[in-house]
Amino acid sequence: MATTTAPDRAARSGFLLELYRSALGKKYLMAVSGLVWLGYVLAHMIGNLKLYQSPEAFNGYAEFLRRLLYPILPESGTLNLLRLVMITALVVHVVSAYQLTQMNRRARPQRYEGPRDYVVADFAARTMRWTGVIVLLFMAYHLSDFLLGWVNPAPAGATLYEKVVASFSSVPIAAFYLVANVALGFHLFHGVWSLFQSMGWNNRRFNHLRRSLAIGFTAVVVGGNLSFPIAVQLGIIA
Amino acid sequence: MNLTLRVWRQAGPTAPGRFETYEANGVSEDSSFLEMLDGVNEELVAAGEEPIEFMHDCREGICGTCGMMINGQAHGPQALTTACQLHMRTFSDGDEIVVEPWRAAGFPIVKDLVVDRAAFDRIIEAGGYVSVETGSAQDANLIPVPKESADLAMDAAACIGCGACVAACPNGAAQLFTSAKLMHLNSLPQGQPERSERTVAMVEVMEEHFGSCTNYGECEAACPKGISIDFIAAMNRDHRRALVRNRRSA
Ligand code: HEM
Ligand code: FES
Repeated sequence: MATTTAPDRAARSGFLLELYRSALGKKYLMAVSGLVWLGYVLAHMIGNLKLYQSPEAFNGYAEFLRRLLYPILPESGTLNLLRLVMITALVVHVVSAYQLTQMNRRARPQRYEGPRDYVVADFAARTMRWTGVIVLLFMAYHLSDFLLGWVNPAPAGATLYEKVVASFSSVPIAAFYLVANVALGFHLFHGVWSLFQSMGWNNRRFNHLRRSLAIGFTAVVVGGNLSFPIAVQLGIIA
Repeated sequence: MNLTLRVWRQAGPTAPGRFETYEANGVSEDSSFLEMLDGVNEELVAAGEEPIEFMHDCREGICGTCGMMINGQAHGPQALTTACQLHMRTFSDGDEIVVEPWRAAGFPIVKDLVVDRAAFDRIIEAGGYVSVETGSAQDANLIPVPKESADLAMDAAACIGCGACVAACPNGAAQLFTSAKLMHLNSLPQGQPERSERTVAMVEVMEEHFGSCTNYGECEAACPKGISIDFIAAMNRDHRRALVRNRRSA
């Protein structure tokens, strides 16, 4: 195999660039960035359970996040670092998704004309590109709602708790949150299973547990997220 | 049994294709799908028409030459079965059957149901072999092979390279084929010296011709030899390790 040039090329560009150059590498980075966001959505859901405790607990939690590791780092310092990590992961995830989708369109330019049924690919797997985009749009709205306050119906100066209640009291907004989180659920259901393949975490003794993990993780995160707008609508959180 | 066939006819690589309808009458339930097509072709030839081109060789499910989309499924509706081994008893009298070639950018159509699978050969050329000294045969059992490795390599080596995985994949990806060929050699002691180079080189050529894996699992379901997508995960792992290793040694 004297003709292979891959090692030289790997030496020239950085390891990450070399990895990114291949589709396998892009998929790997999607899995890693997906994992980062999985950690985020789980922590986000658990943190928001404080809505059920009291307005003070919930607002205090937001304050706690702002002062994380203070005074080692300046106020909001840790939070901003985390934000940078999340934004980087999101950009890597979305750009890879776009490039791989383009590659796949090129690789299969012509559809089958006959009846073509999927044998095992489930709805979640086939709609990753749609659910991903819905989640992205949702994120934009969500940040404008609670972080920036642009589209939040609460009066100026409202606490975060009041903003949440104001938003979720509106039926269309609550409904939108429900739809977006169901989309997230489908994304997680396939993503959590899929990342084991992309990471190469393959062990015949444990492989059968991957699906159960995906179902469990999705149920916990989406179940929690769905409960907040429903609880506001039902007056449990007010 | 009597059947209606809708078959993709295309005179050449760049010619426009279309479906033609044929009646296949008096088909024996015990005949294979290819024998049924042979019968249709005999009638076409007798009528002075061009027969339907399709690929075949062993007709016993071991060479991987045959392959076509039958009612939207690679090699037809029966699991773990090549088109040549598919019996007509899988169908019912009066059925309409749609027959198409594999469709993928990596498999350009040559004629009718015949596609050019040379891209698979390019992948093998890139590293699907082990380099050995020629000369007198070495003593048996000089290289101990653990039973588990032998079994794993054998499972991977069951791949007959028919291309059903690519045909069934909505992304036109060749991950199942490439990973089987890779892990066949990467599982064995004989494959270790070139493991990293082989992995990077074969993946690189694969990506020149085919799409990317979204873990649909359609390939595994379509594979007449039951190759597992576990091999794809193993390939992903080996590829990453190979990039790290090649970088370190460079
Ligand atoms: C909370 C946010 C998100 C999480 C937790 C998440 C998680 C994941 C995970 C774990 C995977 C599987 C990766 C793999 O197979 O290795 C994945 C795949 C995917 N994600 Fe996301 N994702 C998120 C947001 C997004 C967004 C915003 C988009 C696009 C706009 C997106 C598009 C995709 C696509 C298209 C795939 C399939 C890629 C492929 O198989 O080629 N995701 N996601
Ligand atoms: S003709 Fe050899 S496998 Fe079908």
